[in-house]
Amino acid sequence: MAVADQSIAVPTSKPKTRKTPLSFGRLASYLQSIPLCLILGFFLLLPILLLVFVSFWDYDFARMYPGFVFTNYVETLGSWVTWKTYLNTLKFAAIVWALTLFIGFWVAYFLAFHVRSATMQMVLFLVCTVPFLTSNIIRMISWIPVLGRNGLVNSTLVEMGVISQPIEWLLYSDFAVVLAMVHLFTLFMVTPIFNTLMRIDRSLIEAARDAGASAWQIMWNVILPLAKPGMAIGTIFVVTLVMADFSTVQVMSGGQSASVALMMKNQMSLLQYPAAAANAVVLLVLVLLLVGGILRIVDIRKEL
Amino acid sequence: MQQREKRPFSFYILAAFFALFVLFLYGPMSAIFILSFQGPNGGLTFPLNGVSVHWFGNLFEKQAVGDFGASFSRSLLLGLMVMVSTVLVALLAGLAFRRRFLGGTPLFYLTIASLVVPSIIVSLGIGVLFQQIGFRPAWWTSGFGAHLTWTLPFGVLIMFAVFNRFSPSYEEAARDLGASPWQTFRHVLLPMIAPSLIGVGLFGFSLSYDEFARTLMTAGTFNTLPLEIYGMTTNVTTPVLYALGTVTTLFSFAVILLTLGIILLIRRKRARA
Repeated sequence: MAVADQSIAVPTSKPKTRKTPLSFGRLASYLQSIPLCLILGFFLLLPILLLVFVSFWDYDFARMYPGFVFTNYVETLGSWVTWKTYLNTLKFAAIVWALTLFIGFWVAYFLAFHVRSATMQMVLFLVCTVPFLTSNIIRMISWIPVLGRNGLVNSTLVEMGVISQPIEWLLYSDFAVVLAMVHLFTLFMVTPIFNTLMRIDRSLIEAARDAGASAWQIMWNVILPLAKPGMAIGTIFVVTLVMADFSTVQVMSGGQSASVALMMKNQMSLLQYPAAAANAVVLLVLVLLLVGGILRIVDIRKEL
Repeated sequence: MQQREKRPFSFYILAAFFALFVLFLYGPMSAIFILSFQGPNGGLTFPLNGVSVHWFGNLFEKQAVGDFGASFSRSLLLGLMVMVSTVLVALLAGLAFRRRFLGGTPLFYLTIASLVVPSIIVSLGIGVLFQQIGFRPAWWTSGFGAHLTWTLPFGVLIMFAVFNRFSPSYEEAARDLGASPWQTFRHVLLPMIAPSLIGVGLFGFSLSYDEFARTLMTAGTFNTLPLEIYGMTTNVTTPVLYALGTVTTLFSFAVILLTLGIILLIRRKRARA
């Protein structure tokens, strides 16, 4: 980009870097990208930059005072509760990631390699995708009558005589949080993995089979390496969604567990915006580091 | 008919796994569908205490659930606004990215960032921004923008995928036949990508209609439907919550089916032509 800037500023220095300095096509591209630029600039970039500033502001119960103090970061990072909350959030992210990756891969594998007719494949894929387009909160609270103390699972188990007392940890526990998150987010794993699996050239698998590879070897040495980009994209989705979650943790743990976003939400409801902003900055850095690490494995633009 | 290859054993294991997954996806949802028909004296859990549509009727009484009708119409309108904007902006961006242009890569990464930045940060950021510049947050200004940060990346990525698979030879042929750029766009490109655009519209509408983390600080005085439902999870203890869930989910299903129907119709029409 530095070279490009230079060639505009000093056109005579490198005249052959471009055939047409500003062709119709390039002008059109600029114009066409303006709306996206403006919307993301105003509603994403600007708010985040502002949060970075606000995280250094002072505040009291009523309002914020522009300034440059580190108290928000000192208070946040100096507290044992914050560290525990971050660890707890990362724990949820790791567990949910592992589960969704496992479930998502096998579901996508079944759809891509075992369902033979294209129509059936499309129908089953839609069956998997439709819940994604319905309300997350409704899908979450639908676990309550299933898992609750007098819920479906408990009453069935008691009636069958498997247990004498209802199991208490089914709802309002870390178990319930993980279950609901897996329920909500597995689709984000299925779709990208299915997409990459569908693009694997079937003759590669035949070639492996002809060369004497066992089913296990084909899976391990052919399919899995080729499915990695899809897994990486699914991982980005799942990890960022879990790291950003506050509602699932709040509702499904019944207030007994915490996440960074939930901590932020509580600070926001107390109007402690600078404190929430400091948390936002730390969380954002953490998420961007995770995503950056994953993006080193995969080039998203190539995978679309 | 050709003799079909015998299914391997692994097929049956995976099929069972898949069936379990579908049950896992839809099972809990069907539980609240059933429970929303709970009798007037029934509670939040099984067993059903009689069968009635009492709780659906309850939805339309203001004292039971707040103003359900108003929040529904706000969400519906917001969803439609987001849908139209997402389709237009994503289409334009998709066209822009067909050529390399200066700033294209940063813009692409900004789009990806829009997808990965935690929703609550977007919500907080826009809320504080509006406060600082002295605008009152409202669902149709700040809320609208917050929703676009979630729907646009999906729209743009879908358009990317569409144009990656789109052969430029159709447009070249049109150009060779003397079509102007606008004619090429209007009569060649647009009809070919129409089903994808409808898909983008469906995403835009549904994601906005169900979004609430980004609306949390940006909705202003009046709640959207998901915010209303979120509030209800903590203070409503009757099956009216399930009735509301059933109604909005059925609405989402209807929207999805309608969209798929339109896409199929277009495809069939084209196959006949």
